[in-house]
Amino acid sequence: MNEVPVTHILFVSTALFFTGMYGLFTRRNMITMLMAVELILNSVNINFVAFNKYLYPDKLDGVFFTIFIITIAAAEAAVAIAIIINLYRSHHSIDVEDAGELKF
Amino acid sequence: MNHYSYIALIPLLPLATFVILGLFGRKYFKTFSGTLGTLSLLASAVLSLVTAYQYFLVDGPVNGIYQKIIPLQYTWLQFSPNVSIDLGILLDPISVMMLVVVSFVSLMVHIFSLGYMKGEERFATYYAFLSLFTFSMLGLVISTNIFQIYMFWELVGVSSFLLIGFYFEKPSAVAASKKAFIVTRFADLGFLIGILILSFHAQTLDFNTLITKLTTVQSPEFISITSTSFLGMSVLTWGLTLVFIGGAGKSAMFPLHIWLPDAMEGPTPVSALIHAATMVVAGVYLVARLFPVFSMDAIALNIVTYVGLVSALIAAVIACTQTDIKRVLAYSTMSQIGYMMFALGVARQGGEEGLGYMGSMFHLFTHAFFKSLLFLGAGAVIHMVHSNDMKDMGGLRKLMPITHISFLIACLAISGIPPFAGFFSKEEILLASFNANKLVYGVALFTSGLTAFYMFRLYFNIFWSKAAHVHEPHHGEGTWSMKLPLIILAVMAVIAGFIPFAHFVTSDGALLETHINYLFSVAPVLLAVAGIGLATVLYKSQNGKPDAVAVGLGGFYKAAYHKFYIDDLYLFITKKVIFNLIGRPAAWFDKNIVDGTMNLMASLTAKLSVAIKGLQSGKVQNYILYFFGGIAVLAVLFIYIWK
Amino acid sequence: MSASTIIFYIISAFILIAGAVAVTARKIFRAAIGLLFSLVGIAGLYFWMEVNFIAAVQIIVYVGGIVVLIIFSIFLTQKSGEEMPKPIKSRKIFSILAVVLGFAFTCSLISLQTFKVNTNAFNVEVAEIGNQMLSTTEHGFVLPFEAVSILLLAAMIGCIVIAIKSKPETK
Repeated sequence: MNEVPVTHILFVSTALFFTGMYGLFTRRNMITMLMAVELILNSVNINFVAFNKYLYPDKLDGVFFTIFIITIAAAEAAVAIAIIINLYRSHHSIDVEDAGELKF
Repeated sequence: MNHYSYIALIPLLPLATFVILGLFGRKYFKTFSGTLGTLSLLASAVLSLVTAYQYFLVDGPVNGIYQKIIPLQYTWLQFSPNVSIDLGILLDPISVMMLVVVSFVSLMVHIFSLGYMKGEERFATYYAFLSLFTFSMLGLVISTNIFQIYMFWELVGVSSFLLIGFYFEKPSAVAASKKAFIVTRFADLGFLIGILILSFHAQTLDFNTLITKLTTVQSPEFISITSTSFLGMSVLTWGLTLVFIGGAGKSAMFPLHIWLPDAMEGPTPVSALIHAATMVVAGVYLVARLFPVFSMDAIALNIVTYVGLVSALIAAVIACTQTDIKRVLAYSTMSQIGYMMFALGVARQGGEEGLGYMGSMFHLFTHAFFKSLLFLGAGAVIHMVHSNDMKDMGGLRKLMPITHISFLIACLAISGIPPFAGFFSKEEILLASFNANKLVYGVALFTSGLTAFYMFRLYFNIFWSKAAHVHEPHHGEGTWSMKLPLIILAVMAVIAGFIPFAHFVTSDGALLETHINYLFSVAPVLLAVAGIGLATVLYKSQNGKPDAVAVGLGGFYKAAYHKFYIDDLYLFITKKVIFNLIGRPAAWFDKNIVDGTMNLMASLTAKLSVAIKGLQSGKVQNYILYFFGGIAVLAVLFIYIWK
Repeated sequence: MSASTIIFYIISAFILIAGAVAVTARKIFRAAIGLLFSLVGIAGLYFWMEVNFIAAVQIIVYVGGIVVLIIFSIFLTQKSGEEMPKPIKSRKIFSILAVVLGFAFTCSLISLQTFKVNTNAFNVEVAEIGNQMLSTTEHGFVLPFEAVSILLLAAMIGCIVIAIKSKPETK
């Protein structure tokens, strides 16, 4: 594995990040937006682990960050689903275009 | 001399009264405000008399010459080491005399108003304004500094404006107060320019320093001010003339007199105080204050003389034709002030030549008493008859005995009949003008005859002429508060002439010996008696002779009745020239360009905000896009541009 | 070109293709499955990088927890067989442009950067992780641990409060 330079792993994680961004810009369904956010978070995880392994193998900081991010992502997904369900109850739709009450 | 510091109380007591009555009078004091105002004025008057006693009889004269004493001076704004605006108290013969006159007449007016203005809803406000006026006038006369006098000058103008427009529901009163303020303000522009010229050359604003510098012929300031000339006249002449213009505006000299007759719209006690005895003499006082400097310049003195003379004559002629009693008295005031002005104009500084100065000040002193007496008497008459016009009056002598006698005394005084006060002061003026300029003497003599004539025309029309047709004299002649001032002023009108004025007030402070020249007095007294006789024939009982005379004089009578059309000329200039040529374009500019720019900026901002408002669409994905765009821009900025 | 590099590229391709499916699929279930495969691929990547613990946590929490949660919510909120509406053309083009530009920019930055690679062995013992998590010394993570615990508690309570059905007012 030392023959794969760090930059290649970073390219992969960057590509995944921007894929998630595309999904966030384009998708109209709130649940699919949540999926795209998960992709973004995962790309960040890959970054942390890669840096930890390649640049600072003596310490474990990257691994810990990854653990915490996974934990927080789980909590955030749960809360997001709860909000989506609540919004579905009042609007009967989970299209983001229909939740435009914060318009001027 | 710190034992003179009580003098600061003399103007400050009315100021305090103004503040208290102005803020609290309407709600808390109501009728007590009159008593409060009167009491504070009583204190001021007593203090003024004490000051006069102290100054004239105890402290003032040093080796027989009255010194100028400055008990208090406080530097307010320092512009440069020499030039500063100070506030202080100056005591010299004329300022002490004015303190006594102003506070005494104001006290009489306050007492009179207790009865005259009774039942008036804005009673407290009236007394507040009276106190403000008294404070301003007292401050004016004790000024040490030319800017201080200017400040109080404007304050007096404001008080006059407030009091003339007191009955503000009447459009004529509002118009009159505006006219008074605008005309005097316009004259004050000249005054200000004059102040700037004089103080620039003299490098000081203080009166004493200014007078000393500009009267010593060798001083560099005097040389600089007389050597520079502008359009043919020296700068000294310009400065003095401009200062005199300010004084002429306030003293209603021709051609700035148009505001005085209209100012009669105010309550009559106000007319007595302001437009007879005190404010209108402010111009005379100013010339007297700067008299040493005036006497260095013959052209300025000539201007003073002739303006005063013309005003005296024109006012006397117009007064013969007016039917509103207050207007007659207003023109009479203008005429008498004209006397004071030309008396100053024919005088010179020092010794025998200063007789005109002494006469002018003496006349100011006596005129205050009998003119305010005339106005207060007219007020009592108006109070009974409820009208200002002579046609509604007549035969009132039985109904109002005290008013009748005091009015008669005042008319005799103003006509110059001995032994009343006016005789003595007019004597001095006529003597001074005889010694200086025979033309001035001739016109003055003729005018004094006219004065006697129109005053007695007024007297007969009010108290004799025809039987009284006042319906029910329901309130008699008036309360004691309206009679007491009349009695006191009548007494003063009799005895004031016997005060040896020349011992106290002269142009250089030294004693001037005067004596009555009986031969000289024959001409004026005879002319006055002739005037009275003519008035008796025409007006004592109702007959057709006055109308016949009026028809006989034809066009001249008509012109005099219309005040020589001067008011119409001013109105024409204002409406056709100033409004159309200057006012209208200025208004167009203001409405379209200035307002237009503001409105344009506002509408642009509104449009911009509507455009920006669209950014807040409520769509989360738009927000994410903006967010990302912002990050991209910042990233590029930080990485490539601001390393 | 050893076997591990080839495996790396295969796993990477898998991740990216599955991610692309997750964000572009018309049917929502297909998107969810794409997400699932992408997450599994990432777990594989962790295995390849020899951080076995993280890989395991990834599978348990992400795949087994979050994706399942997402699928439940899909069931709860809509008919899952239908097609979702396509995004408007302008937005699609604009997004592609933004994404491509961003990617190019970031990649250029990465390639310009030189990394000081440390070739020591990377040892990730679970016991070691556990010790460090609870230690208060210099590399200890007990404070973030406690903070995350509180966060989880708050999230749990928050979810229940937000999603609770309020009792109807009528009797």
